Amino acid sequence: MSESAVTQAGRPVLEQHFADLPAQEEARKLGMWIFLITEILFFGGLFATYTIYRELYLPGFIQGSHLLEVKWGAINTAVLIVSSLTMALAIRSAQVGKRKSAIIGLLGITAILGVVFLCIKFILEWRTDYLHHLVPGINFDYAGPHASHVQLFFLFYFFMTGLHALHVMIGIGVVLALSYLTWRGRFSPHYYSPLEVTGLYWHFVDIVWIFLFPLLYLIGGR
Amino acid sequence: MASAKVVPVRTYVLTFIALLVLLGLTTGLAYLHMGVANTVLALAIAVIKMLLVVLFFMHAFYDKGLTRVAMVLGLLWLTILIVLSSADVFTRNWTPVPHDWGPDISLQQKTK
Repeated sequence: MSESAVTQAGRPVLEQHFADLPAQEEARKLGMWIFLITEILFFGGLFATYTIYRELYLPGFIQGSHLLEVKWGAINTAVLIVSSLTMALAIRSAQVGKRKSAIIGLLGITAILGVVFLCIKFILEWRTDYLHHLVPGINFDYAGPHASHVQLFFLFYFFMTGLHALHVMIGIGVVLALSYLTWRGRFSPHYYSPLEVTGLYWHFVDIVWIFLFPLLYLIGGR
Repeated sequence: MASAKVVPVRTYVLTFIALLVLLGLTTGLAYLHMGVANTVLALAIAVIKMLLVVLFFMHAFYDKGLTRVAMVLGLLWLTILIVLSSADVFTRNWTPVPHDWGPDISLQQKTK
């Protein structure tokens, strides 16, 4: 967001190529959605490949899935859902002109929940998987039947959750940057699009996990 | 942006509760063994959760036409990506391949 887009008072300035302010705001949101479409297709390539290999090697994928802990997947889903709520409430607070501390507090909780998600993912899950020799390319060692297909499942598991975790990390960074800008008084009920479009991104990352949870943890029942 | 609709806190909280209930439901259903229905139900619940997030958290319910078109297009491209990729692989053994046509290209027969 260029400095010219905002005046000192936190009021938006109409750029010359837009008819009016609502059109300008709409264009910002549309731009974010176009970016999210590229993200959908970015993850979509993995989901398409996953669909095909899961169908070809279903028994191996079911075995691999049963080596994951449903409890951590479910808890992490809940963590992201709560963070989506706090993100939505943070944006609403800015929209209705609540105190800066209220907005920063909600953004802070959102970022902390993002960190909690990553801690569960890396420390409680990935580390355990590593200790159980389930990381393809590093120490994969599985004695049961369909071992090569189980390995393929874990390749998908680490790649998809890893790419998702990277998105959560970026999200945390942006949310913290927005907390700083809020503290500097950059936003007002007249101008809060950076919060709004970051919210779209955060919710999108939540949605990706909503699909990853059943697709990775719940294959073929438990 | 002052023109954007202020969504009541109640709507956000109800969406949040619905998402948690659906999370409990999808986790619970996984422990019932229903074969293919497990996958179908899990994906159906995931789609409902996605719609709740998109409609209320992401404000699609209140958005204007052009933004909505962009969202639908995203899903359309994703559908094309997954359906057309699958259509190739999953239909390869629908018709027999004459053995003198070269190496067996039917992926599914190989894995059986």
